Amino acid sequence: MNGFLSRRRVTFWQGVFAVLLVGGIYATFVRFYYALGGATHLSDSFPWGLWIGFDVLCGVGLAAGGFTLAAVVHIFNIERYKPVLRPAILTAFLGYLLVILALMYDLGRPYRIWHALVMWNPRSVMFEVAWCVMLYTAVLGLEFAPVVFERLGWRAALRWMRFVSIPLVIAGVILSTLHQSSLGSLYLIVPHKLYPLWYSPLLPMFFFVSALCVGLAMTIFESWHSSRAFGRQLELPLLASMGRVLTVLLAVYLSLRFLDLYHRRVLGLLLEPRTETYLFAVEILLMLVPMALLLRRSVRFDPAALYLCAVMVVLGFVAHRLNVTVTGMERASGTSYVPKWTEIMLTLSFIGLGFAIFRWTAKHLPVFPAERPAPAEPKPIPSRARLAPQPVGKD
Amino acid sequence: MSKALLYDATLCIGCKLCEQACAEQNHLPYNDSIAAEEKLSAHKLTAIRARDGKFMRRLCMNCADPTCVSVCPVGAFRKAAAGPVVYDQNRCIGCRYCMLSCPFQVPAYEWNNRLPIVKKCDMCGERVAAGRPTACAEICPTGATQFGERNALIAEAQQRLREKPDQYVNHLFGLSEVGGTSVLLLSSVPFVQFGYRADLPHEPLPMLTWRVLSHVPDIAVLGSVLLGGIWWITHRREEVATAEGAEKVRPS
Ligand code: SF4
Ligand code: SF4
Repeated sequence: MNGFLSRRRVTFWQGVFAVLLVGGIYATFVRFYYALGGATHLSDSFPWGLWIGFDVLCGVGLAAGGFTLAAVVHIFNIERYKPVLRPAILTAFLGYLLVILALMYDLGRPYRIWHALVMWNPRSVMFEVAWCVMLYTAVLGLEFAPVVFERLGWRAALRWMRFVSIPLVIAGVILSTLHQSSLGSLYLIVPHKLYPLWYSPLLPMFFFVSALCVGLAMTIFESWHSSRAFGRQLELPLLASMGRVLTVLLAVYLSLRFLDLYHRRVLGLLLEPRTETYLFAVEILLMLVPMALLLRRSVRFDPAALYLCAVMVVLGFVAHRLNVTVTGMERASGTSYVPKWTEIMLTLSFIGLGFAIFRWTAKHLPVFPAERPAPAEPKPIPSRARLAPQPVGKD
Repeated sequence: MSKALLYDATLCIGCKLCEQACAEQNHLPYNDSIAAEEKLSAHKLTAIRARDGKFMRRLCMNCADPTCVSVCPVGAFRKAAAGPVVYDQNRCIGCRYCMLSCPFQVPAYEWNNRLPIVKKCDMCGERVAAGRPTACAEICPTGATQFGERNALIAEAQQRLREKPDQYVNHLFGLSEVGGTSVLLLSSVPFVQFGYRADLPHEPLPMLTWRVLSHVPDIAVLGSVLLGGIWWITHRREEVATAEGAEKVRPS
């Protein structure tokens, strides 16, 4: 019965993937045959849409778990996070490859992408982002390489990788810090176009801190999914302690956001009844609610609740980036932008592709630690916590 | 040495000869329906706008410290010494950051071209480099669009503002907007009415990103030292632990 159900679920998702694949291929044809004008609702007054706003800016952020956990495990030497490191690196690597793929659709002349390597303009934020993304993708490839070597049994290569691993991790963290924040700096140059609830000289800082938050949230999200997909034990105490760190980071992020509004004297804008205000509220609530919930031990140790909080943080993060790239830019541009079906179709195909490759890799390569014999019932803790009236105390 | 254009809307009669000359100069089509368009686009690099019998011209302002030059990742734009901001289509990768960030919303894209390029007025870069005036200034029958030395044109414009204060709003647009531009505008009605922004800063926009970008080397160097140091400290403890462990083991 159980086996039958799960077999049916696989078929359903395979069906979804097939639809996305066919749709994606057709949309690809539309994009390259009818050019950007035929495939998008972009215009001279609204030149960046969903592909930049979601696929690139959110994609890079959602992959931030890779560098965050690499730093935690290898630099800060907190060994117990090791079990979630490899999946996070894999997500990051796939994420960056997909970002580059999406960029190939968005660039007017994708075959010239290499120009940034030889035609320099160090004054351009875009130039810096291009270099960091390229180098960091290479770093991620190398960080993931040991997984492949292990599978192939290449001992010599593995030993060799151990020498370069720490410099690689450091380079990865620096490159990530630089370009995660620079995605925010891209918008520093449009003070006259970006709505004041979002334009801030602190944009790079917001983008960096929110990337840290979503990096953790994505790791929780993934662990939950892969534990279900591969029938593994959930590293609950570990994820719960990540939930704790996430709470603190969210608190820092939200304080920064409101202090910034206060110092720029635009808090009053929150009283204006307009679209921007509502979407700002959505974005903030999606960060504030999980923060408040995660303060409770009972939530942190309840897999479903923890998962829900992670999802909210991811959505809040996406809402913020879409507010910066789309909502906040519409008023000044005098146009309203709604993505065309091709833009949405391709975005969904990229996501589907990401999930499919992740699944395939996790199945065939040693991404997750070999399952140890299950420790004797870790369950009692959460159930007791849920029963307790006002649970306080440590994880 | 730097050249500029001065457009005085009070002298403009709306004949649109400048539009036509511009289309010819840039090998673009021009006909009645294009003449009726008021928006800049990939096929219209300058446009005359009419409101209640008043006119205003739109074109690339050829900024002194241009945003487009600073943001382009591949350096496709260049500010020529003589004033024009010129574009090299062979470099452009089509990221459209220049369009997003131009404070005057000037660059336009060939959206329906499979190999698109960015289009904008380049103040007749080639003609100006050869010492000739722009096509629009050459053809203008009333002197509304005038080509010359930027300093001389500023003096001229300020004199007009002084002599006929009742004919103009007291604002030489482009004198200091975003650090100054090579296109200067005079008008009898506020510029906002024709879509020019009144709230532009008077310092060049590229400063906003440069302030952050200039710290990239600092973050790279200090960050590496800090992370390397933390790694050294956190793993030092381990070494000590194993060494101590070994010592305890040996005597026994
Ligand atoms: S007006 Fe825009 S396109 Fe023209 S030089 Fe200035 S920034 Fe560049
Ligand atoms: S669209 Fe072309 S010219 Fe404009 S910033 Fe991008 S590469 Fe440079």
